[in-house]
Amino acid sequence: MSFLVLDLLTKRYGEHAAVDAISLAIERGEFVSLLGPSGCGKTTTLQMIAGFVEPTSGAVTMDGRDLLAVPAAKRGLGIVFQNYALFPHMTVAENVAFGLEMRGVPREERGNRVREALALVGLDHLAGRHPMQLSGGQQQRVALARALVIRPNLLLLDEPLSNLDAKLREEMQVELRRIQRAVGITTLMVTHDQAEALALSDRVVVMHAGRIEQDAAPLSAYEHPATGFVCDFLGKANLFTVEQVSAGTVAIGPLSFAAPPALAAEVRAGDRLLIRPEKIAFGEAGPGALSATVVNRVFQGNHWLYQLDTPLGSAQVIRQNDGGFRPNEGDAVHLVWRPEDMRAVPADATGGAAG
Amino acid sequence: MTAHRAAPYWLSAPALAVYAVFLLVPLGSIALISFQHFEFYGGIQPGITFENYRQVFGDSYYWEIFGRTFAIAAIVTALCAVLGTFEALVLHRMANPWKSLFLLVVLGPLLISVVVRTLGWALLFGSTGLINKALTGLGLVNAPVQFMYTSTGVVIALTHVLVPFVVISVWASLQRMDPAVERAAVSLGAGQPTVVRRVIVPLAMPGILSGSVIVFALAASAFATPAIIGGRRLKVIATAAYDEFLNTLNWPLGASLAVLLLCANVVVLVASNRLIERRYRAVFRESVA
Repeated sequence: MSFLVLDLLTKRYGEHAAVDAISLAIERGEFVSLLGPSGCGKTTTLQMIAGFVEPTSGAVTMDGRDLLAVPAAKRGLGIVFQNYALFPHMTVAENVAFGLEMRGVPREERGNRVREALALVGLDHLAGRHPMQLSGGQQQRVALARALVIRPNLLLLDEPLSNLDAKLREEMQVELRRIQRAVGITTLMVTHDQAEALALSDRVVVMHAGRIEQDAAPLSAYEHPATGFVCDFLGKANLFTVEQVSAGTVAIGPLSFAAPPALAAEVRAGDRLLIRPEKIAFGEAGPGALSATVVNRVFQGNHWLYQLDTPLGSAQVIRQNDGGFRPNEGDAVHLVWRPEDMRAVPADATGGAAG
Repeated sequence: MTAHRAAPYWLSAPALAVYAVFLLVPLGSIALISFQHFEFYGGIQPGITFENYRQVFGDSYYWEIFGRTFAIAAIVTALCAVLGTFEALVLHRMANPWKSLFLLVVLGPLLISVVVRTLGWALLFGSTGLINKALTGLGLVNAPVQFMYTSTGVVIALTHVLVPFVVISVWASLQRMDPAVERAAVSLGAGQPTVVRRVIVPLAMPGILSGSVIVFALAASAFATPAIIGGRRLKVIATAAYDEFLNTLNWPLGASLAVLLLCANVVVLVASNRLIERRYRAVFRESVA
């Protein structure tokens, strides 16, 4: 049996189901992200596990024990809150020692473990400061040390990096992953930032309207999104409607492709085909090429983002800033891609309107 | 350039004028009178003398009044701090609409005229009043308890009216608090009593202290409540000064009492403010982000 199991966990507020019968199993040592737009139920799920929100129905078991029967203060989980929620009237060391004090750990051992935890997050030199005297990134580290020092079985991270600026956020991603691996702790993170979820987790659980849309490893969720919602929410997506499928040939608008066997097996007329913008290149006119006009071109440092007008509707293309061909706005171009980079998205899946 | 610099002064001039005319001038006159000589048959005499202050400091009668005033103020402050903090904590935990309703109830005493409210207490306190009827009826006491004309009565009535000041200022501190901090303490294994003792009360402490400072200043200079509940004999500084002004007509002596009360209050206020600021500066300084 898995380490943490959510079984048909549900939270209703009146008629509205914030979390709608979700089931999820997390193995020991795994890093799992709950990813979704605000209001998708990811934070409510976390709070039910933490014991701050009472579920309407369903079960949560940790290591075979019924977690819902245990009061929040006795669950022994390490939690890092969105705004860190440090105790402003205590020093860094006192903040970290608080959980040990509550557990009656003797003074001497407490001191050692606090030093150890602060060393783990690289803050041992700031033990005597108050939280308000620290930068956002440092506060984040204190919050992590405070959650880890009690040696919890499960670490819950609630939008842990959302209050940091972009550069610091990337640094902390690497740092967070290093610490999680070093401690080997089972971790559940809630985030709305797809890049963060993809970078950190072993598994990404995409949520939408209280339900799980897809539960997969980051690469496979990105490469093989299960629904239109996941397509749009994880990265950027070009979606073209399939008009006809016959004898292994897929027709979209003026184009027709010999579909690879994997695609041919699952695609139906009326489905949509997903092509990621970075998989499209500018090529020569020809049978597999889609003619297009550049509407807009945005420079983003390491890459260019093109908005194009095509017979199939608008399309996006991302090209590396590698000094290669760079069409101007208004230019007529031809878009090409490999047939095996196309993915079928069932037409009946939830709508593609992300956030 | 200079016009720009002068603008703030011009803009605040009306307010400064009001302050000067209605606060500084009367206060200055009181201070001036307190240094003048009083003749029983001749009234106030010109010239400067320290005789009034010598009289106040040299007479155990006034020592007793000062002692009583500050003892009452200290006890009222302590009671208000404890009760007000507790009330604010309970209010903080309440859900609407009860929260707003009870906040109104707590602030109620401030909406009623001080004289009416104090006369109400006088009715309750009397030897045949509601409180004594209840106490004797329940068999808790044999003879009626004396509330009227005692410090106990004054303390109870003052606490009632001043407690809202602590409630409001603690309430404000609690509103500023991130609710996740409480959850963090719970997640680390703290039970509710520990959360209150180790996290909520320390975070509300600046509110508790600033509320207490206001209560102390108001209790020490209270007039109507000690005048009605304490009566003629149980004097505090404010009622003593009133008597000197209006009964004995010894304005200089009354003025010196008023000046001493003002000085004592200012000293307490400034000292405690500095203490609070120094103690909590590091903790509640704005984030450097």
